[in-house]
This record gives sequence, structure tokens and C-alpha cells, in this order.
Amino acid sequence: MSLSAPPISVSTAPNAMRRCDTTGLSVCRVAEQFIKLTAVSAVVFLLLGGIAAILLALTRWQAVHLLRVDWFYRILTFHGLNMLIFWILFFEVAVLYFACTVPLGAKLFSKKVAWVSFAMMLSGALMVDYIILDGKADVMLTSYLPLVAHPLFYLGIILVAVGTLVAVFNYFATLYVAKRDQTYVGSVPLVTFGATAAAIIAVVTLLHGAIVMIPTFTYSMGWTAQPDPMWYRMIWWGLGHQSQQVNVCAMVSIWYLVAHLATGAKPVNETVCRGAFVLYILFINLASAHHLLVDPAVGSTWKIWNTSYAMYLAVLASMIHGFTVPASIEMAMRDKGYVKGLFGWVTSAPWRNPAFAAVALSLVIFGFIGGITGVTLGTQQINIIAHNTLRITGHFHATVVGGTSLAFMGLAYYVIPLIFRRDFIWRSAARAQPWLFGVGILLVSIGMSFAGSMGVPRRDYDIESAGVFGPAAHLFLGVMGIGAILAATALFLFVVLCVGTLLFGTKNNGRAMADWGVAQRVAGVKAGLLDHDHWAMKGTIALTAVFLACFAVYYFANWKALADVWPVR
Amino acid sequence: MSLNTPARDWYKAPEGAEKLWIGLALIWCLVMSVMMPYWHFRGKQNSRGEAYAVSANAFRERAEKFITANKVGEHNGVPLVEPAPGGDAYLVARMWNWYPVLKLRKGETYRVHLSSLDLQHGFSLQPLNMNFQVLPGYDHVLTLTPTSSGEFTIVCNEFCGIGHDKMVGKIFVE
Repeated sequence: MSLSAPPISVSTAPNAMRRCDTTGLSVCRVAEQFIKLTAVSAVVFLLLGGIAAILLALTRWQAVHLLRVDWFYRILTFHGLNMLIFWILFFEVAVLYFACTVPLGAKLFSKKVAWVSFAMMLSGALMVDYIILDGKADVMLTSYLPLVAHPLFYLGIILVAVGTLVAVFNYFATLYVAKRDQTYVGSVPLVTFGATAAAIIAVVTLLHGAIVMIPTFTYSMGWTAQPDPMWYRMIWWGLGHQSQQVNVCAMVSIWYLVAHLATGAKPVNETVCRGAFVLYILFINLASAHHLLVDPAVGSTWKIWNTSYAMYLAVLASMIHGFTVPASIEMAMRDKGYVKGLFGWVTSAPWRNPAFAAVALSLVIFGFIGGITGVTLGTQQINIIAHNTLRITGHFHATVVGGTSLAFMGLAYYVIPLIFRRDFIWRSAARAQPWLFGVGILLVSIGMSFAGSMGVPRRDYDIESAGVFGPAAHLFLGVMGIGAILAATALFLFVVLCVGTLLFGTKNNGRAMADWGVAQRVAGVKAGLLDHDHWAMKGTIALTAVFLACFAVYYFANWKALADVWPVR
Repeated sequence: MSLNTPARDWYKAPEGAEKLWIGLALIWCLVMSVMMPYWHFRGKQNSRGEAYAVSANAFRERAEKFITANKVGEHNGVPLVEPAPGGDAYLVARMWNWYPVLKLRKGETYRVHLSSLDLQHGFSLQPLNMNFQVLPGYDHVLTLTPTSSGEFTIVCNEFCGIGHDKMVGKIFVE
């Protein structure tokens, strides 16, 4: 389709689609082009954010204390924007373009719209990065009023947000056209369903972003009065927290996708998996409250109702996925004949496949560390002993980095061979990369969480000035520092692998991609024997029981810790 | 398959272990939902968000009046102020200090008024690790009962510019 073609045209230009040599699926060439563009941009922002990450960790590790104070806050702002916004949003747009075309055999709605979206996102992101490094926006990711940044900072964020909305529009338009033209029959596949949930939440999220950023931009230009700082906090977190739920949906979709690619897993029950995504859409938008639990001017009733997502119904959704994803893998493995004991299916899983390893680690780190800490810290009263300490950063490095980013990295081990059509260079390093990253980020998260529970603040250049933090706090900041070195090494390795493969990887046009290792059926075992056994996922039952026990212990231990501080109303 | 369209009859109620897990998870969610209202009525640590609109100037004036009336000494050049038990205390947050230093009595209850004269700040009382948000324009009232004595440090834990890490205050409890 040429640039000048009318966007609605779904005409069949001869080369509009190609057949994937590995999966046999039809791939829309325009979508493929934009998946490449956005994925490469995403990895560039990941690299920028990663460089910032190691500088920050080596500054907060007081024994090293690398950066100067002004550059610490500048790089902290830079890290937040590049990692949490640019890397994630660009990669998510790639996931959306994939999910609305390839699984449906559909063509991307409009190349023009995709260009508009990409140009807006990229120029916005570059604008923000430039103005931060120029020293005119040392305001952190949150840019809480009355802190004011240079207008270009807000304008850049608005451009990225609106650019993403344009991409989401392209996504929905593609779904509509695919349905109208019947490129598929029946319901959309689960991966597309999850991506659609992400897209719906993204619309709500980005609208919050527009509502809060536009008046802040006009204020920074001197055109309007300063918005109220409390109003700003509430609406900003409608952007800041909900956007993380976009990540959760995208990540869970990738869990299902990679589980399928590596082990042939299929959802045990489609209704349950889809229902859980619907719970996200319905209840996630209350999560702005998580950041306002010790704020003035919002009352207990409001805090309690909203922080619990009504009645933890979005948490219920995550707990459901936390069961159904491993259960689907276990059922697929058992079906293939790996039936020994409770965990024979775990030990026989394709761990040498880096995408599978990444997704398995992502699931464990997100659930056991990120999920449990998140729900506990987001409990209204417990937040008193957590707000703005490193406990919060410890939590979200387990969700967004150990969970989402690691899952995205895992997917890249399929995106590059299937979409860029080059086989990975240095495959042994690729197999080790998710483990190194997972262990590193686990140490980062644990170091931060323990230092935070000793009161160490987040976003703080030097804890020595306070004179209250002892050797234990320093020890855990050291754990964080060592973890950050491991994680950053793995991140740079990931970038080297991706870029090296794009430049030097063997082309796989006309043949299947080089196999990372998928679960093989044990000789002589017939398929489908367990299809009607609803108790066969015994290992998953054991794992989720352990999970629930850990959750309860951590949760009530925090109530106990809260009961030990001064009474306050 | 998560990449393929599902069979036509994909709508099925959960069965077996999956159904059990959904039930258990739902019960756990309900337990957590009940804990917060329970603690609101029975627990001693709550953040009700009691707050009143106040301008920076008005808050500064109230704090000065409170300091003049209750000053009992100085701590490193900052007024040391002892509010009446059961009474109001004012704590000003600004770039980059907490003003004044408070002297409280163990077991007594105080209404501590927190507000900022400039940016947002974070009231983080160490080594207890109790944390509250401080905003300009809002008089945030904490009804606080010290139950341990000694020297406590207020650390700012909301980024407030280049001197943020130096923004430290004190509360003494006897």
C-alpha cells in the first residue's frame, strides 16, 4: 500500500501480506514495518534508561556515590521517563500492531495513521529527553506541581501520549475492518483479547494524561493559573498508575503467547482467562488512589474503596492469570508425557529457550515479589509505613522491570527471528541473558524493599544527611547496587544481542527460524488424554498454595509492623 | 491456542482446581477488603486525610503565633516548642527545613498541623518510619499520640529540589 493510498482501502496489493516461514501465519507487511520501527525505538530508549539506571544505583549505593547532586536528580528524571514511558509505550505499540494483524490474518488499517503516530511519539520522546539533559526539567517523572519544568517537557509528554492514542485508534480500526471483512471466524484469539484490554485501558489512561498535562503545559507557558497540586496528584496518577495496568495486560498476553510458542500451552478455560482481562478493564481505573493514601483532603472511605479496586477485583484478575498461565503450561507438558511427580513438568520445561525462561521468571517475580508487595503497600493504613520510601521502588521494579520488561525481552527472542527474519547471534549468551537479568532485578527489588522498610526514602541523593540510617540500610543499598550491576549487564547484553542480530544475524527468509527449543512429545504418548481432567495441574495447585501462604504471611506481618508505630488519626 | 481463534463453544464455567482457586482467591480478596474498614474502626493507625484550605501566609502566621506562645528553648538555632497536651502544634515544611522543633510528651495526644510554604514535601518520621504527604495550600492535620520517647528525625521524602536530602527536622518526646 503506497503512502498516498486512501487509508480505508483494504485492497489486496500483491505484496501486502507474506506467509510466515515458521508459523504459517499471514503477516501484514505494513504492520511488520511498524513493528520493526517501534521495537527498535523501544530498545534504544531501553538502552538510554539502562545507562541511567546504573548511574543511579551507583549513586544511591553510598559506598560509591557516583553522580553529583544535580545530575542525580536529572538522571533520575531521565530514567523514569525513558524506562516507564518510552521503552514500554513503544514496545506496547509494537505488541498492539502485532496483535491486531497477525493472529487475525488482517492488514493494518492505515500506514498513514501509523506514520503520524510514530512521528508524534518519537518527536515527543526526543523533545523530553533533550530538555531533561539540558537541565530544564529536574522534576522527576511525576513533575508534581508546584515544581515546574520547561514547557517542552510537558509538550513532549503530550505528543507521546497523543501519538500513542493515534496508534490505539489504528488498532481498533484494524480490529473493526478485520471483523467486517471476516478475516477470521468467531471470537478473537486470547492474545488479541488481552491486547484489546490493554488498548482500552490505554485510552482511559492517556485521557487522564491529557487532562492533567494540558493545563500544566499552559501554566508553564504563563497562560493560565497554577492547577491545584492535590488535583494534579489525583489526575496524574490516573495516568501514572493505570498505565502500569496497560503493561500488566500486555505482559499477561505475552505470558500466554510465549507459553504457547514454547510448550504448546492453550488456556485451560478461555472464559476464565478472558473474564480476568475484563476485570482489569472494569476495576483498574481506581488505582490512582494507591498514591494518595497518606494525602490530605481525601477521606478514609474514598481511600479504602479505591485502593482496593472496589474489592480487590483487579487483584483477583492477576491471581487468576497467576494460576491459569502455569496451569496451561503444566497441562501441555503433562499431555506431552512429562507426568513424573508434582514438578516433573517444571524440570522438563524448555528452560534453554530464552523466551520461555524470561516469561517464567517474569511470572514468578511479578507474582511473588511485585504482586504481594503491591497489594500490601497499597493497603490504606499499611501505606503509612511505606509511602515514598524505597519500599515503593522495590515493589515496582519487581512488577515493571522483573515482570513487564523481562517479558518484553523474552518476546524479542521471537520478534527478531519472526519479524526481522534474522536468527540470533551468540545464542548461548541469549540463553543466559534472562537469568542474569532476573537475578539482578530480584536483588535490586529486595535491596530496595528492605532498605525502604528501614525508612530509607526514594528519590533521595544522600541518606547520610539524615543521620538516622545505620549499617543495615547501607548493606541493603549495597545489595541493590550489586543487583543493578547484574541487571544492567544483562540489559546491555540484550541490546548487543538485538542490535548484533539485526546487523549480523543469518537471514532466515524461506525457512523456519532457528529453534530455541520447544517441549517435545515423549515418544508413544497420545495427545488429549488429560483434556477432561480438571485436577491434573497438581504442581500448579501446590505452587499457588505456597503463593497464597506467602501472601498471607507478608500481609499480616505488615499489619503487625503498623500496629507498633504511634497511634495516628 | 492463544494465537488462534477459540472454538465456537469457548464459553464454559470453570471446573475442578481452577474453580477452587478462583474461590480461594476471591475469599482472600474479601478478607483483605474487610481488613481496612476493620482497622479504620478498631486499629490505631489511620490516615483520614483531615485537611483545611490554607494559604502559605496564613499558615506561616499561625505557626509563628504557636511558636511565640509555646517556645521553651532552641535546638541548633531553631525554636524548640512544646505544645499543650491535647492542643495544636504547627510544623512548617519549606525548602529545605522543618520548622520549628517540637517537644512532645509520651502518651499525650496532639493535633499536628502540616503544610508547605513552597513545593510538596514528605513528612517521614524516623526511625518509626511513619510517612505523610505535605502539600502547599492544605493544612494536613495528624492527630498523633507518641508512645515512645527519645529523639526522632523528620526526613523529607518527597523530592523538593537540590537541597532535598538536607531537609531534616526533629521531634523530641519525653
